[in-house]
Amino acid sequence: MNILPVPLLTDCLIFLLALAAVALAVQAARHTPSREAWRRLGQRPVAMACATILLVFAAIGFLDSLHYREQLPPGPGDQAAKAVYSSEVLSVLDALLTPLRVQTEKTYSAPFARVLFQREMLELPDGGQAWVYPRLAHGASHLPDGAAMLPDLARRLLWTPLAALLVTAAALLALAAPAARIRGGGVLDAARSILAGRSTLAWRAALLVTFLAALCIAAGVALAPFYHVLGTDKVGQDVLYLSLKSIRTGLVIGTLTTLIMLPFAIALGIAAGYLGGWVDDAIQYAYTVLNSIPSVLLIAASVLMMQVMIDSNPQWFDTAAQRSDARLLALCAILGITSWTSLCRLLRGETLKLRELDYVQAARAFGASTAAILRRHILPNVMHIVLITVVLDFSSLVLAEAVLSYVGIGVDPTTISFGTMINMARAELAREPVVWWSLASAFVFMLVLVLAANLLADAVRDAFDPRRG
Amino acid sequence: MLAYVVRRLLYAIPILLGVNLFTFVLFFGVNSPDDIARMQLGSKYANAEAITRWKAERGYDKPMFYNAERKDAARLTDTLFVDKSLRMFTFEFGRADDGHDIAREIRLRMGPSLAVALPTFLLSLTAAIVLSLLLVFFRATALDFWGVVICVALMSISSMFYIIGGQWLVSKMLMLVPISGYAGGLDMARFLGLPVLIGVVAGLGSGTRWYRTIFLEEISRDYVRTARAKGLSELAVLFRHVLKNALIPILTGVVVVIPSLFLGSLLMESFFAIPGLGSYTIDAIRGQDFAVVRSMVFIGSVMYIVGLVLTDISYTVVDPRVRLG
Repeated sequence: MNILPVPLLTDCLIFLLALAAVALAVQAARHTPSREAWRRLGQRPVAMACATILLVFAAIGFLDSLHYREQLPPGPGDQAAKAVYSSEVLSVLDALLTPLRVQTEKTYSAPFARVLFQREMLELPDGGQAWVYPRLAHGASHLPDGAAMLPDLARRLLWTPLAALLVTAAALLALAAPAARIRGGGVLDAARSILAGRSTLAWRAALLVTFLAALCIAAGVALAPFYHVLGTDKVGQDVLYLSLKSIRTGLVIGTLTTLIMLPFAIALGIAAGYLGGWVDDAIQYAYTVLNSIPSVLLIAASVLMMQVMIDSNPQWFDTAAQRSDARLLALCAILGITSWTSLCRLLRGETLKLRELDYVQAARAFGASTAAILRRHILPNVMHIVLITVVLDFSSLVLAEAVLSYVGIGVDPTTISFGTMINMARAELAREPVVWWSLASAFVFMLVLVLAANLLADAVRDAFDPRRG
Repeated sequence: MLAYVVRRLLYAIPILLGVNLFTFVLFFGVNSPDDIARMQLGSKYANAEAITRWKAERGYDKPMFYNAERKDAARLTDTLFVDKSLRMFTFEFGRADDGHDIAREIRLRMGPSLAVALPTFLLSLTAAIVLSLLLVFFRATALDFWGVVICVALMSISSMFYIIGGQWLVSKMLMLVPISGYAGGLDMARFLGLPVLIGVVAGLGSGTRWYRTIFLEEISRDYVRTARAKGLSELAVLFRHVLKNALIPILTGVVVVIPSLFLGSLLMESFFAIPGLGSYTIDAIRGQDFAVVRSMVFIGSVMYIVGLVLTDISYTVVDPRVRLG
């Protein structure tokens, strides 16, 4: 089948971000002090475990960022010359999750349920009617009765630990082989020292998380095509699918917001600190003004205005996906505008300190241009502040998305996100019996993501902040 | 001191002017009043005549900065910027887009907002400080370690889950208090207990961790060693000496939010149906009532600047070495 790649705006920025991360890694590997800091970070098991969790989330988000449109089969009257593409924009993740995406039910159903959550009037074969819980169209529909479920689950889950072990063993070998080549000695010895926790970096923790993640994914692969593992929501969509799709939205908001604001914050902060004078005054005035507006209200005002703008210009977007994507990006930009001030102030303060140091004075005495001093001597020495801020901001931005979406100033209602999931699930707790699974899934996915980010942020701060030992 | 306060308040004028200009550009520059009228009327009813009438009824039918049709000073004063933006300096907020008087609404709704926000603020401050001092007391033990881990876990839970979970557990399962609502007088306690409790719990993680770092920085100072050398118990050292000396960093974060308390919390008030300024703002956002949002932005900024001045003054109260001049 032919496809038409549709790079959404946020997709392009995500690729840019991935490139920037690679560039940063290369830079860090060359620069001895920061290599030391990264090593300090890698020695902490918590940091390695959290980084692995975040990598798994990032991989899901990345798969969800490769968008395309499928070619429609030519209709009877169409000429073959011009291909027609579906207006529905899909991602690679959607393609992988096709069973989850298309196997929708009528309405709520509990995790692993065989029947719908609500009773319906059904026509019986003998002509009568009955007020029963109808069987699900897809969930557990291959089973003859409820008693067959446990053996079926056991049979399907039997191979998952083995698969997870294989994945982990492969990862272990991939780690041990280069280590063995550098240090000499056999691959097995290297693998043994990693498992014993004797490697320089805390690979053992990363491997443990890899095993757990592989186990979860294998169980998902084994069960999700046949069961609604996390149940279905009000319109019968699979909650596992919604949760996986929410990850990208959270990651986009958590990372792109900082990516958008970083250039401004760095340029203005360093300029204010190094140049002083009226430049400093002007920049300080700008961030004091922005800072004094309560952020929720500033975001609300900006988002409302952005909505009016998008609504009055429908011709800008080809598909609904592009429109909601533009809205997501605009939300990131708005969050960036409201959050650059604190980083800018930190950088200004640090630059004020640095410009008086001997090596900067020496560079000035040698006649180095201002641009060169800023680039070569100031910027590398404030990068730890930038890194710490980026990592610290991530989790709060993911949390902010949920709140903003609830208030009605977050992502587009059609964008699947943790915020929209919680928002829809809010009324469900009032039902009798309680519909708890949407909320619980959003809770667990968000908690894992944010907790990993928070713990990693702490480790990054400890490793990179020279004031902390 | 008085001279200092006056000077600080004078400094606030250019900042508020900046806020004012910024919001004006945001609300009138990004989209023209025509666009907004079209959206408010709905595309079905938005013909040229209806838009003109909508604008005239709400006073949006003037030029932005310069009115060429008027004479002398009126050329500059009879404009949207003066009408809709500069007027706010005299706390004249005019009418909302649906016609009600904004200033009156704000006066009515301040009380309920304060009734929730003030107890939440005081209780969570006390709880966080006491808990963090306990963590510092048990520093470098397993209790401290797990305390911090629990704090990070508490921080990682979205505040929406605290509210939804709390409402479900306390109101629906245990049936202790009504799920939401508000009443004056003695009944107030029944309605406010749950939101205050949830507000305190939701802020506990980040608060405790924040104060713990502040106290840990203080604990390595010389005066702490002196106090211990005098033979004071560790608890006395912490609660009497360290707490007092850590007041400056604590006040920096705390005092600035006090004036903003009456603006209320968007989430709490909307979930618990409390008729305060937070739910007023949320209703305005959902109903796209720009006049109300504009007013709230301005009030919020004024309160923030007042908070900054109060912070400086509070320094002189707790630390006699600080002199404002």
